[in-house]
Amino acid sequence: MKIKKFPYYPGCTLKQTAKNFEKSAMGTANYLGIELKELPRWNCCGAVFSLTSDDVMHQVAAIRNLIRVQEMNDSGMLDNEYHLVVLCSMCFNVLKRANIFVTKDAETLFKINEFMDEEPDYEGTVEITHFLEILRDFMGFEKIKEKVVQSLYGLKVSAYYGCTLLRPREIGIDDPEAPTIMEELIASLGATPIDNHYKSLCCGSYHTVGKDKDIVARRTYKIIEGARENGADIIITSCPLCAFNLDNRQKLSKKIYPDFQYMPVLYFTQLMALAFGKEEEAGFEGNYIDPYPVLEKRDLIHNLKVR
Amino acid sequence: MQIDEKNVNFLKKVEELSGEKITLCEQCGICTTSCPMVDEMDFTPAGIMRAVQIGDETIIESKAIWVCASCFSCTVRCPRGIDLSKVTEALRQLTLRKNVDHIDLKEVKKEKLPAIAVVSALRKFTG
Repeated sequence: MKIKKFPYYPGCTLKQTAKNFEKSAMGTANYLGIELKELPRWNCCGAVFSLTSDDVMHQVAAIRNLIRVQEMNDSGMLDNEYHLVVLCSMCFNVLKRANIFVTKDAETLFKINEFMDEEPDYEGTVEITHFLEILRDFMGFEKIKEKVVQSLYGLKVSAYYGCTLLRPREIGIDDPEAPTIMEELIASLGATPIDNHYKSLCCGSYHTVGKDKDIVARRTYKIIEGARENGADIIITSCPLCAFNLDNRQKLSKKIYPDFQYMPVLYFTQLMALAFGKEEEAGFEGNYIDPYPVLEKRDLIHNLKVR
Repeated sequence: MQIDEKNVNFLKKVEELSGEKITLCEQCGICTTSCPMVDEMDFTPAGIMRAVQIGDETIIESKAIWVCASCFSCTVRCPRGIDLSKVTEALRQLTLRKNVDHIDLKEVKKEKLPAIAVVSALRKFTG
């Protein structure tokens, strides 16, 4: 099988609370014949896109990373591949919007290149691509279906999109009002996609820091109850901040709503690792709510050697 | 209330900073019905828009502009094509650019948080 190489931007959180996201993504990508080559000397993208019209300064961090993609191609590390693959939804949003912001007119691009005079000029050639888009558009879900060695038949999975993967419309990877990309992935793995009215309702994001955590806990309750009412066993997501809020903040939701019941929250790549028979690369040890009871119930972890 | 030059200047300032034409808003309220945070707010998103239209500067003291977490739900639905997330960002920046922070780091409990949570909170709440 020919290995296809893509430049890859991890972002801070994939080296920290979302190690299981990176581990499972790397494992599944390799299995599918994709090599994600980490950018050398990457830096934090800023996590949120600066929304004021006069702010070019805060685009610098994001754009520096795109220059690294040019360098990788120039040095022969990549074969003319300018699709930068991102896993974290927030980084995806920031990099894609910053790319549009600085390339929308020659003056802004000139300004940012002048400011970064210690760097080679950014030429505006990089395309920001989410790993889910690689699965849909480069691989195709039919091909993914063929790669499944352990069907997830019987498992009821609800996709949680959050905000930054879909909105605003011009950068979203799918229809912002009726996305289907994760449901298609779930179905291709043999599991049953479960709809949730709240699948793109904001989880409260950075309110998880500081004194307003309850804002997050109330939204976590709503989102998880929405999935449960429709019969879901687990939730999958692609955002490490949503994952933290939906997973770790369930404890706080339970405090506010005593009737609340815990539900495991996985990265979509962890689900893929399971279906590809790579449980040891799923990184379930990094999840706060233990997913094993529900996976055991659906008879899905009999291949697992270590627990 | 009588709209005077001060009110007009506030409207102009917010329009410039956000890059959005706020007078286009016709108060249909789709932003309010789309907002996942509205039950935590003291002003509705449409209410914020109205306050800026009439140049009511006190809106920058509202809780609502800080509760908005830029989820872009209103942005994708506004029939007038206004990006309200840019408007609330501009309103927050009017305070933050005076070097007045909205978060007291002493209140942040010691726990392992995702890096993107900390970075985004600092980006949104500090100048």
